[in-house]
Amino acid sequence: MFDQLFDGALLESVFRALIPILLAAIGGLVCERAGVFQISLEGMMLVGAFAAVAGSYLGQSALLGVTIAMAVTALFSLILGYGAVTRRGDPIVLGVAVNLLALGLTSFLLPQLFGVRGVFQHPRIDGLDRLAIPFLSDLPLIGQALFNLTIPGYLSLLAIPLIWLFLFRTPIGLRLRGVGERPASAETLGVSSTQYKYAAVVFSGLACGLAGAQLALGNVVQFAENMSSGRGWIAVVAVMLGRAHPAGVLGASALFGFAEGLGFRLQGNGLPVQITEALPYVVTLIALALARKRFQRILELTAA
Amino acid sequence: MSNALELRGISKSFPGVRANDNVDLEVRRGDIHAIVGENGAGKTTLMSILYGLTAPDSGEIVVDGRTVRFNSALDAIAAGLGMVHQAFKLFPTLTVAENVVFRNEPRTGIFLDRAEAAKRVRALGSEYGLMVDPGARIEDLPVGVLQRVEILKALYRDAQVLILDEPTAVLTPQERDNLFVTLRRLKDRGRTVIFITHKLGEVMAVSDRVTVLRGGRAVAHLDTASTSPTEVSRLMTGRNVDLDSRPPPSLLGEAVLSVTDLTVRDDDGLVRVDAVSLEVRSGEILGVAAVAGNGQHELIEAICGLRPADRGSIVVGGREVAAADMAVTRESGLAYIPEDRHRVGTAAGGEVWANLVMGFQRRKRFRRGRFMRRAEVEEHARRIIADYDVRVAGPAVTAATLSGGNLQKLVVGREMSHAAPLLVAEEPTRGVDVGAIEFLHRQLVEYRSQGGGILLLSAELWELLALSSRVVVMYEGRIVAELDPAETDEAELGFFMTGGSR
Repeated sequence: MFDQLFDGALLESVFRALIPILLAAIGGLVCERAGVFQISLEGMMLVGAFAAVAGSYLGQSALLGVTIAMAVTALFSLILGYGAVTRRGDPIVLGVAVNLLALGLTSFLLPQLFGVRGVFQHPRIDGLDRLAIPFLSDLPLIGQALFNLTIPGYLSLLAIPLIWLFLFRTPIGLRLRGVGERPASAETLGVSSTQYKYAAVVFSGLACGLAGAQLALGNVVQFAENMSSGRGWIAVVAVMLGRAHPAGVLGASALFGFAEGLGFRLQGNGLPVQITEALPYVVTLIALALARKRFQRILELTAA
Repeated sequence: MSNALELRGISKSFPGVRANDNVDLEVRRGDIHAIVGENGAGKTTLMSILYGLTAPDSGEIVVDGRTVRFNSALDAIAAGLGMVHQAFKLFPTLTVAENVVFRNEPRTGIFLDRAEAAKRVRALGSEYGLMVDPGARIEDLPVGVLQRVEILKALYRDAQVLILDEPTAVLTPQERDNLFVTLRRLKDRGRTVIFITHKLGEVMAVSDRVTVLRGGRAVAHLDTASTSPTEVSRLMTGRNVDLDSRPPPSLLGEAVLSVTDLTVRDDDGLVRVDAVSLEVRSGEILGVAAVAGNGQHELIEAICGLRPADRGSIVVGGREVAAADMAVTRESGLAYIPEDRHRVGTAAGGEVWANLVMGFQRRKRFRRGRFMRRAEVEEHARRIIADYDVRVAGPAVTAATLSGGNLQKLVVGREMSHAAPLLVAEEPTRGVDVGAIEFLHRQLVEYRSQGGGILLLSAELWELLALSSRVVVMYEGRIVAELDPAETDEAELGFFMTGGSR
């Protein structure tokens, strides 16, 4: 049975599930490193998906949709930035508020702008094309999964080594980590924690905009109410589980992507949809329970 | 000789307090200059003005003959000053080299030049005798090494004048001696050191000149060679202080604490107290000397019922309490002055009266049924405030607003007013000034003379020697020596504390 289960098609659905989670988690990990506890990934992803569809519909260009998604979500992220950094509010309370706002706002704007409820589908919405890399995409098993992706898909994979280089090998990355750990110490050496925290929050906005665009123009070509459906929360968990380290976050995102992809696949094999759809969340719960100590430590660190 | 630094007529007021009052200070180049004063004498304010963290109301700062104006610590760093704060400003998960070069990073292209950073740290380290592994993570290093990293940080930024705020407060005697070697080497290389302390022994041991602050004013500028600890302490407090004379012995009575063959594990399951036996009798002070992390804290926690004993027996007031919780242990006759007065000793959000009735709340006279008798409780609080000279407006003030020294007096006062047969005192004088130390020492001796038994833990070896009837030394969870304070000294204690044996 297993040789039937594990094939190129499974890997493809794993990557489909993985990429939006990974993009959002990359945003979350940079915030975590800068000392901003970022739990509004879910809401930002949803706003990104909405803006991507709106942009693509109005401009009839997928790339315009992606650009608008990133710009709008970056602006949207400033709500958390202002509240948590400038006003020093509780990032958890603010994050919950931002998530609720995103859900309400997109559900409200959907009928206002497009005259529909629930789901918005239209031939004018231009979806993201998959760009096959010659030869590599013909490789058995991994070819289609890894080398026939959308632009956000390639960016998500490239981002992992780049973020690692940035954080651990550049002076700016060093300062960002310093700000995240001891903002007061960084200030005494003349590094503005406000500046770095804002930059991190806006970066997470850009990343979630991209994640939302992938979700609404790549995985499907439509906007559906609450279409992020918990992926942003899973990204939050991936940041914690991966200890805000690029490789760890990639691993954790891959685990959740795998759970979702496998669920999708098992559904085809006749397992009830309620069970297969629950799979990623069950994996999340198990992962959280296993990483309980680490989770607490991160909470303590960000609270300090 | 030229002055590296001068302060002229510095004044600074905060609402209700004149923290610095027309302070002059001249620091000669290449000197080790001590600044001493009691808590609240204005040392900290003066140093934050000097380092650009606070703007003075009036007065000027002169560095190398030029009048300067600091708007932030960055300006002070640029002018050649370097500060080693009492609470280190390091990044725990970053490496030593990353901490040292932070914001002045050597680069190759857009990348951090890590090899160069490590090289610079090693070079500075060998020049000043501050050997540290540049690749080590800060969180893995002991406190004494962290201080070296802070000094390296200042030297890397080419500080000509180093300001150290109470640098020895967190050090073991050995680390303190190493620090003094470093300070002398800095002086030999022409750097200037400003050294803030309230420990007179250190002033005499290491400084060239001393400035004494009292009540916000600089009351004396002295050459260390031509003064004495007595003179400096009189100038600091405005009266004669006697810290060194040993109390007369008092009559010994029954054992108030007997610990037999006690083994205690820490949260990770490691044995921290290893088959320890000791006894405190009524009328004596038993001192415990140990370098931090050698099991003394776990021993205290086990005695107080805060940590389960793995094996062995603890008898307080004739009752076995090894398996008991704190409430039972307290009923058996224990009072406890914890080391951490902020998190363990007090509830910061509570009022002073609430903090003072804690531990007494079950007593009949403070209760009417399930409610507290506020009048009684406040009366009790007022008495402790008066007896222990806690500087606070009244019992209704929130504890969080009290300074460290006042909070300490509050905790000590509360615990002593239990008049329990056994008093466990952990660092009872940490962070309080020399006048208050003298007062608290008198109280401890009085407690003992009234028939109380005291188990005293202190990182200040002179304090242990001055107060204790006997001193035991703990090393790696075991008692390795018992000494008579009249016949031993700090050097011998330090020898046993670091694992020496004969």
